Amino acid sequence: MTTTHTLSVLVEDKPGVLARISGLFSRRGYNIQSLAVGPTEEEGISRMTICVTVDDFPLEQVTKQLNKLVHVIKIVELEPTTSVQRELVMMKIRADASVRSQVLEVTQMFRAKVVDVAPEAVTVEATGTEDKLNALRRMLEPYGIREIVQSGMVALSRGPRSIAAHHR
Amino acid sequence: MTTARPRPAPRSGVPTEQQDQAAQPATRPAAPRPARVDPSPATGAQSLVRSLEAVGCDVVFGIPGGAILPAYDPLYDSTLVRHILVRHEQGAGHAATGYAQATGRVGVCIATSGPGATNLVTPLADAMLDSVPIVAITGQVGRKLIGTDAFQEADICGITLPITKHNMLVTDPADIPRAITEAFHIASTGRPGPVLVDLPKDVLQAQTTFSWPVETRLPGYRPTTRPHSKQIREAARLIGEARRPVLYVGGGVIKAEASTELLDLADETGAPVVTTLMARGAFPDGHRQNLGMPGMHGTVAAVAAMQKSDLLIALGARFDDRVTGDLSTFAPEAKIVHADVDPAEIGKNRPADVPIVGDAREVIIELTSALRAAGEDARSGRHEQQRDWWDQLERWRSTFPLGYDDPPDGTLSPEYVIERIGAIAGPDAIYAAGVGQHQMWAAQFIRYEKPRTWLNSGGAGTMGYGVPAAMGAKVGRPDTTVWCIDGDGCFQMTNQELATCAIEGIPIKVAVINNGNLGMVRQWQTLFYEERYSNTELGTHKHRVPDFVMLAEALGCVGLRCGSKDDVDRVIAEAMAIDDRPVVIDFTVGADAQVWPMVAAGTGNDQIMAARDIRPLFDDPEAGGADEVANKERGTA
Repeated sequence: MTTTHTLSVLVEDKPGVLARISGLFSRRGYNIQSLAVGPTEEEGISRMTICVTVDDFPLEQVTKQLNKLVHVIKIVELEPTTSVQRELVMMKIRADASVRSQVLEVTQMFRAKVVDVAPEAVTVEATGTEDKLNALRRMLEPYGIREIVQSGMVALSRGPRSIAAHHR
Repeated sequence: MTTARPRPAPRSGVPTEQQDQAAQPATRPAAPRPARVDPSPATGAQSLVRSLEAVGCDVVFGIPGGAILPAYDPLYDSTLVRHILVRHEQGAGHAATGYAQATGRVGVCIATSGPGATNLVTPLADAMLDSVPIVAITGQVGRKLIGTDAFQEADICGITLPITKHNMLVTDPADIPRAITEAFHIASTGRPGPVLVDLPKDVLQAQTTFSWPVETRLPGYRPTTRPHSKQIREAARLIGEARRPVLYVGGGVIKAEASTELLDLADETGAPVVTTLMARGAFPDGHRQNLGMPGMHGTVAAVAAMQKSDLLIALGARFDDRVTGDLSTFAPEAKIVHADVDPAEIGKNRPADVPIVGDAREVIIELTSALRAAGEDARSGRHEQQRDWWDQLERWRSTFPLGYDDPPDGTLSPEYVIERIGAIAGPDAIYAAGVGQHQMWAAQFIRYEKPRTWLNSGGAGTMGYGVPAAMGAKVGRPDTTVWCIDGDGCFQMTNQELATCAIEGIPIKVAVINNGNLGMVRQWQTLFYEERYSNTELGTHKHRVPDFVMLAEALGCVGLRCGSKDDVDRVIAEAMAIDDRPVVIDFTVGADAQVWPMVAAGTGNDQIMAARDIRPLFDDPEAGGADEVANKERGTA
């Protein structure tokens, strides 16, 4: 069954590690939907969140191949129901004085933030799930979106346990 | 002998003192290697050479060039590391592989940046697919020049990303000892494979400190070698119930040095053994339980046994498409116990009923003791319930033995030549092959009794592997006779390394099975392309270009030729008697001999043809048809 999977990957922070990981996906013909990398609570260790749409079986093979990479320390798959998943978006909206208040109203409804204002534009920042960000976008589109930048998804499992707790 | 300084080149045909010396065992008296070195000043290059010495490397195959040049200066002084100057970097890579496959130690090759490094690409891919532990050391342009398209720059770490087990660009000279330690560790542990270490020129020139040993830092690298006891018990239970078990033995058994232990397991289970192309020699061909090689050109008995089995016990094997044929019809009734040190292999092609992650040797030992723990009655029960199975196996074996006919046109039979080389050189010799028909015949008609006596390019199918691999094997095992069974196509890809062999005193023997054609491709054209021989004739018969005898002599070897059956033994004996120079024999053989049996690509193993148009598994059951035992057991015969 083809579904979207979210993999959380602990890696050593070494040059080329991103190329090694993305190469494994492309070599097998899978398109990475989104990928976010950042530092962790431990120096020298980065955490990647990779979203990919594949069948269950080839995903297992990719995970096993990823595990073989010397710089990969741990991989877990995060299920939507047992994890918190967030993306961040910034949108620059065409908004002069005549519509600015309407744009601000939409922004407030989504608990988004205005991070920049110019006479003819407003830049809005929002975090949330993919669904929420899509809804916000649909609401703002009528005013005219000048540009959008969106992060890859980041995710953490719910509850007290940590991915890193067992990797040593 | 222990010097790495250049020796004067002996003139062809005149053995000199140096040459005699060089022909002596490369197993020089074990020179003391530093166990501990306190921090002392060194250049990056000196640190590299001292690291190689300390890690136990005794020989490297390579070619110097601009970026790697700093490393060659301290190498000149090393009394522990012998450098063998090859003629092409591809030769260095395959020689490292041949050395590793023949000895079980890590093979090492060195090349300069850019084209030197890219010439290693084929051997690295080859070693990756056959899981061979080699370390490649490449020079790189200076750190400041990286990424500028500098002279002889190539992003070799990027290029070799998918064809190495691991690679690394060393940007701090202080990291060199650790990089070398980690490279050897990664190459030789878990599932072995090639590791590349890329060293920028200014890193080699920089001043640093060398100390030994160094700690590795590999938090993400922890191969599992101990099998899980629960899985072992489950496997033993399935073996106890199986009526038609087969031990499916792959190259991992050789890599794990598990041949002796495999004999015990075979004895305990009573099951037939099939040895894949990479596992020829892992289990003696002379053993009654050995059915030979499975797969596309395997024996009918081995292929049929797997097809009709109810339990395949895969040990260090990976269900390669050349073994399974069409996966959907492969061994349809078999449960699968799959043991491999690489968890990614398990279930990759065929789901496993009992997956076992672990080193083949440890798995075999544990499995054997689990079976023994069940007692003598269980053992005789296992053997007893396989009685019908063995009746069937023996019928297949006797009805469809490997064989060949002398060509009707009176030309020399290539199979006969290869069979005689194996018979005369015997099971102690090492045989390295190229890729193609001669490779398959060498896998079929030479009897392998010991591990590490059969070297070939199984996964990658690299034409040109033979000569440099034989060279590497001879360097690693200088007291052993090393034959390269090559084709006239393969031989023309890498025969320049015979110059290396002649000058460095590496007296290998090369049998060129010269059929004038790219024989395996021609065989497919005969069978599947209506005998339209597009671009497979090489002219090595018609024009005698090149003349292999003259070529051999030009390369400092003895050149011999043989074209008739009556002369084969005499010419082989003549080659066997020469030990001061490499020997090349041009065996001029018929062009039309074909490799049989054969499972055509893309078809199922049930479609195996013992010979052209003869399909044993669908024949009359009375004649050994494969369905007989299975039907009898199901009560449907």
